[in-house]
Amino acid sequence: MKNSSNNTNSLTDKDVQHVASLAKLALTKDDIKKFQKQLSEIIHFVAKLNELDTQDIEPTSQVTGQENIFRDDVVKKSLTQKEALANTKRKYKGYFVVDAIFD
Amino acid sequence: MLLDLTITQLSQGLKAKKFSSEDIVKECYSNIERLNPSINAFITIIDKDVALKEAHNRDKDRGSDSSVLHGLPYVMKDSYNTQGIRTTAASNVLADYVPPYSSTVYQKLVDAGAILIGKTNMDAWGHGASSENTDFGPVKNPWDQSRVAGGSSGGNAAALAARMTVFAIGEDTGGSIRNPSAWSSTTGLKVSYGRVSRYGCIAYVSSFDTMGPMAKTVEDCAHILEIIAGIDQYDATSSPQPVPHYKDHLRDKLTDLTLGLPKECFGEGLDTEIKASIMEAASLYKKIGINIKEISIPLLEYGVPVYYLIGTSETSSNLARYDGIRFGQGRGEFTKETMRRIMLGTYALSAGYYDAYYKKAQQGRTLFIKEYTRALSECDAILMPVEPMVATKFGELINNPIQNMLADIYTCQTPVGVPSLALPCGFTKENLPIGMQIIGNMFAETLLLRLGYAYQNNTDWHTKKPNIGEHGK
Repeated sequence: MKNSSNNTNSLTDKDVQHVASLAKLALTKDDIKKFQKQLSEIIHFVAKLNELDTQDIEPTSQVTGQENIFRDDVVKKSLTQKEALANTKRKYKGYFVVDAIFD
Repeated sequence: MLLDLTITQLSQGLKAKKFSSEDIVKECYSNIERLNPSINAFITIIDKDVALKEAHNRDKDRGSDSSVLHGLPYVMKDSYNTQGIRTTAASNVLADYVPPYSSTVYQKLVDAGAILIGKTNMDAWGHGASSENTDFGPVKNPWDQSRVAGGSSGGNAAALAARMTVFAIGEDTGGSIRNPSAWSSTTGLKVSYGRVSRYGCIAYVSSFDTMGPMAKTVEDCAHILEIIAGIDQYDATSSPQPVPHYKDHLRDKLTDLTLGLPKECFGEGLDTEIKASIMEAASLYKKIGINIKEISIPLLEYGVPVYYLIGTSETSSNLARYDGIRFGQGRGEFTKETMRRIMLGTYALSAGYYDAYYKKAQQGRTLFIKEYTRALSECDAILMPVEPMVATKFGELINNPIQNMLADIYTCQTPVGVPSLALPCGFTKENLPIGMQIIGNMFAETLLLRLGYAYQNNTDWHTKKPNIGEHGK
C-alpha cells in the first residue's frame, strides 16, 4: 500500500478504508471517522518502538525453541460430514454453500 | 460453606464421605442463582439437573485412586471448545456455535472427573482487560459492582470471588489471567508458553497464548496445573518438558533465593496504595529469609508496543478465518474494539508497513527477551504489581483505547513466554483488591508456586471474600 500519510504516523480516511477492505470489514462513514482518529493515536503511540536500536537484531516469531515437529502420518478418526456441516447456515447436498466469486 | 475449602480439603472430604459432589454442586448453583443475575460471570450455565446428575455419578464411581479434581465443579472461559456445549469467545460471531470437538484442557478435565458447570464471560476473543468488550453484557466486580472484574478472563475471577465455583480455567495472552485475579482477589497462574496445550482454545495471539488455572489459592493452582499440563500431539508448540509434581514441592524450603524488584515498576503511574502493599509483601519475604534486591528493566515501557503490534497482527490473521461460511455469523458482528485490533494488525502486516511495524516489533521482542533473561539472571524471580491501578469503573477502559492498552504495562511480558503467578496481597482503604505477581524463568512454575504458597501460608488476603452474603442466609 502506498504511504498516503507521508510518514507522519497517522492514517487518512483512505488508509482506514483500504485496511478495512483488506480485513473484509464493512465500515460506516462514522466508523471511518472514529477509527481514523483512534488508529492514528495508537500508531503514534506504538511508534515509540522507533527509539529502539534494532540494527542487526534478529526478529523473534516464537519462543518454544522447537522446530519441525513431526508425527506419524496415520489416518485417525475425524469429524463426520454431518458433524462438519452442523454449524453452517447454508449447505447443499453435503457441501458448504459460498457466494459465487466469478461472474 | 464448602466453597471456601481448598481443593485438597474438598477432595479429602469427598473421599471420606463427609459430604458429596452433589452438595458442592448444589452450593455452586445456589450462589449462581442468587448472584449471577447481577455479576454476569457466565455466558452459558450448564443445566443444573445435568450437573447434579453428573455429580451423582461421580459420587458413585469415586475410588481411592480418583483424581484430586474428581467430582469438583469448575468453570471455563468461553474460549475453550467444549464438544456439544456452546462456545462463543464472548462474540456474537459465535453466538450459536456448538463445537463438534473438545479442547485438550477440557478433555483432560473430563477424564479427571471434574464437573463443568458453566462457560464464563470474557472480553471477546481476549481483546481487553476489563470484560467490557463482550456481546453478553459486562462482568461486575463482586467487590464493588460499579467496577469491572478485570479481563479478559473476568467471568472466571468474578465466579471464584463470589463462590460460584471451586476452580476455573483461564487463558492469558497479555495479562488475561493475572489482571482479573488481581482485581477480584483471586489467584491465577500464567504458565510458560507451551506448558499447557493450546489445542481447541480459540486463538487470540498464537505465539503468546497460554492456558492456565485460576483458583482461590496457590495450592489449588498447583493441583490443577499438574492435571492440565503436558505435551499434546495436537499442539506442535506444546513442550516436551516433563510435568513436575507441583503440589509435592510446595513446602520445599526456600533457601538462597533472591526476589528482584524492578525499579521501573514502582515509579510514576503506580497507585500509592498498591505500591505500599507490594513493598509490604517484599518485607514479608525478607522476614522469611528471602533476599530482596532492586533490579532494573529499562525496556519495560516498550513492552506494550511490542505486545500490541504483534498481538494485533496475529489476531488479524487468526480472525480472518471467521467468514460465517462454515460456522458462526458474518464479520459485521465483531465489536468495535475487535475491529480496531483487526485493522491495526492488518495495517502492521500490510505492504509498505510490515518492516516499520511488524518486523520492528519482532525485533523489539528479541530485545525484550534478552532483557528478561538478563533480569532473571540477577535474581531467581521478579516481584511486581499486576496493575498500576485498582479495578476501574465501567467505561474507563473500553472508551479509551490507549488507556486500555496501558492497563497491560506490567503483564505484557507474554512475548517473552515466561510464567507468572498472580496472587492477592492486600486491599485499598476502599476495600478494593490489590494483586502482585511473581515472574520466573521458562518452566519455573514450581518455584513460583513455592514462593506463592509460602506467602499465602503467612498471610490471609486470599481467604477474604466480598461481602455479598453467605450461601443459604
